[in-house]
Amino acid sequence: MSDKKNEIDDVSGTETTGHEWDGIKELNTPLPRWWIGIFYACIVWAIGYWIVMPAWPTLNGYTHGWFNHSQRDDVMAQVGLLKAARASKERELSNATLAQIQSNPELLQFAQAEGKSAFGDNCAPCHGSGGQGAHGYPNLNDDVWLWGGSLADIQHTITVGVRSTAAETRQSQMPSFGRDAMLKPAQVDDLTEYVVHLSGRPANGAAVTRATKLFADNCAMCHGPEGKGNRTMGAPNLTDNDWLYGPRREDIHDQIWNGHGGVMPTWGGRLTPETIKALAVYVHGLGGGE
Amino acid sequence: MTALPNIDLRQAQTVPVMAADGVTRSEAEASNSAANRKLYKSRVPIYPKEMDGIYRYIKWAMMAFTLSIYYLVPWLRWDRGAGAPHQAVLVDMTHERLYFFFIEIWPQEVYYITGLLILSAVALFLINALFGRLWCGYSCPQTVWTDLFIWVETKIEGDRGARIRLAAEPWTLRKVAKRVSKHAIWLGFAVATGGAWVFYFNDAPTLLHQLMTGAASFGVYSAIAILAFTTYTLGGLMREQVCTYMCPWPRIQAAMTDNEALSVTYRRDRGEPRGAHRKGEPWDNRGSCIDCNQCVAACPMGIDIRDGSQLECINCALCVDACDEVMLRIGQPKGLIAFDTEANVLRRLKGDKPRFRFLRPRTMLYSAILVVVSAIMLFSLVDRRTVDLDVLRDRNPNFVTLADGAVRNGYTLKLMNRDQAPRVLNLAVSGIAAREINIIGVGVVVPPVPLGVDPDRVRTLRLLITVDRSRVRPGTQAVTFSLTDPARGETRTVETVFVSGDQK
Repeated sequence: MSDKKNEIDDVSGTETTGHEWDGIKELNTPLPRWWIGIFYACIVWAIGYWIVMPAWPTLNGYTHGWFNHSQRDDVMAQVGLLKAARASKERELSNATLAQIQSNPELLQFAQAEGKSAFGDNCAPCHGSGGQGAHGYPNLNDDVWLWGGSLADIQHTITVGVRSTAAETRQSQMPSFGRDAMLKPAQVDDLTEYVVHLSGRPANGAAVTRATKLFADNCAMCHGPEGKGNRTMGAPNLTDNDWLYGPRREDIHDQIWNGHGGVMPTWGGRLTPETIKALAVYVHGLGGGE
Repeated sequence: MTALPNIDLRQAQTVPVMAADGVTRSEAEASNSAANRKLYKSRVPIYPKEMDGIYRYIKWAMMAFTLSIYYLVPWLRWDRGAGAPHQAVLVDMTHERLYFFFIEIWPQEVYYITGLLILSAVALFLINALFGRLWCGYSCPQTVWTDLFIWVETKIEGDRGARIRLAAEPWTLRKVAKRVSKHAIWLGFAVATGGAWVFYFNDAPTLLHQLMTGAASFGVYSAIAILAFTTYTLGGLMREQVCTYMCPWPRIQAAMTDNEALSVTYRRDRGEPRGAHRKGEPWDNRGSCIDCNQCVAACPMGIDIRDGSQLECINCALCVDACDEVMLRIGQPKGLIAFDTEANVLRRLKGDKPRFRFLRPRTMLYSAILVVVSAIMLFSLVDRRTVDLDVLRDRNPNFVTLADGAVRNGYTLKLMNRDQAPRVLNLAVSGIAAREINIIGVGVVVPPVPLGVDPDRVRTLRLLITVDRSRVRPGTQAVTFSLTDPARGETRTVETVFVSGDQK
């Protein structure tokens, strides 16, 4: 260390700090004053911030600060504002019938927007983001409906669900004819040919003949004598080319053998009646509505 | 670094150094002179002397003009009929509209702003190539507000000498009073600047009332506070440092200019060799510059114009006013410092005749770009449609197969009416043999179908096209939507496709 003060370095013309190590001296290039100023201002700001804002954890909570600020409260207040802003339209939605909603362009746009948002939040995981469905999950865009495609039918299905926990749920059960040994394996094979034949595709004629009585005895009760289905029981039409569990022979065989049946939850208690209305209008408007 | 020499001003006043008969030599030192420039240094305060002269008057006039535009434009009214704002120039963020007199721009048409920015840039280049940095000297907000703030300073603290003396004085009550009132008035102007800005984004009379009653939104108050802070800091405290250190334009300009561009030029061919002149001495074998430093004292940028063209110079020509006055007093022709070109200085030094070459490749190129861009802008503005149509085909699902094998595609249509009156527009669909066309909420339709659209609104519709199995063609086929205003004959056509889902 040198005790020389304010020595000026010859090369740079800058003052040195007076520190010296083995002949190497340190130039005194302090931080700019504006920078120091901002630095101290930040410290003062931070102290003020501790006082007015929530800052320090305590053993069983945290310091709330003078402002008692809470982001959660802010969000709740904003949600409240949003609800208030929507209240008049929600009331209209509540008072209008489904048909009235559809014929009022402004209300229709509102309902479709709300329905789309609610669909994305609640329905898309099974039915797909565009309502396109998947194996075992119905496509909501086409004109095939198990429980009916009118506005009222759709609204009811959403409200009570299918095979759900609701008391008034839509309920039907395809038996597991093979697994539960209600029919012999050969009979299930014959019935498979019969169903393929129903949908207008080439099938084993002998098997179809053998299965005619089997179908009338076991299937016609729900699917109808011609296999056209029955919406009151949620029994699908077997003559169209829409297959919830797949169109191939092995898919049909599997369905007769195991009798799959999906579950749609009841939304009655979870979503408001207005949201369900909006959903019904939205799903109806996907294209398949009747 | 060199600090300002410690002058005993009283003495300097009692024994003035004469540059020539009747002209006192100013002790001004250019704080930013070429010799004084360093990469890092503290700011040396500049006390520009107020000058009289033609350029000073132009600068006052430009200040009045530009500030008037800024403060008054939001108060101009423009009748757009019921339901639309009646402010001539308004950026309506809430409703996503920009109004400029008879023009209304939707967010989709932001390319008009792009065009305007291109025009501004090219105009700046052209002016720069012709007359130098007129923008910097006369119309840049930084220049205008700095000038305004210096004017306030001069009114309160006095001219250059008085201000230098005041700065050197200890903190007496008088000094405190002057400084406080100066900063208070600066802050007043600064708040008014921010205050005017917010009127461009809100209905001015309504907002003024809200501001008076304290009912304006937090965003408005923040905008005023931020702009007040920047105006006060940049215009009052930082001044020439903004141009010298922060602004990119001097650098860009330096790369774009040539020595045929007019700029404030010290005609060294005439001025050198400089030196004090005594009464009665001949003017032979010496320059006209008597080294009185009045040009330095007048410079708001703290430079010495005699160092030549430099990026610190904003071309305000206040030094021209200062020098002309001196030349008049010593009986020499005016224009030792003038708007001239470096090329002319060189020509005169060689004994050639000076001349101005305004027609140069770059000026012609800039003019050509200006004309072309203006023409494109004008054409697109005249051709602007008030009817527009967007079609978004459903991608999820891409297509829907119905029970009977028919195929259906869904489309979201956006019908835009940019007019201030409700309209009935005809939607036509062509190019496809559809079994059924269905609009949700309207029902099955046979196009062309009339559809009402509210004024200045977009109507969103969902339309479904179903094609029979027998008519489905593999791959995709073209579908054309068109929207027509039968009253005016305006039509918008959108080509899209129908996807069958069958392999080609």
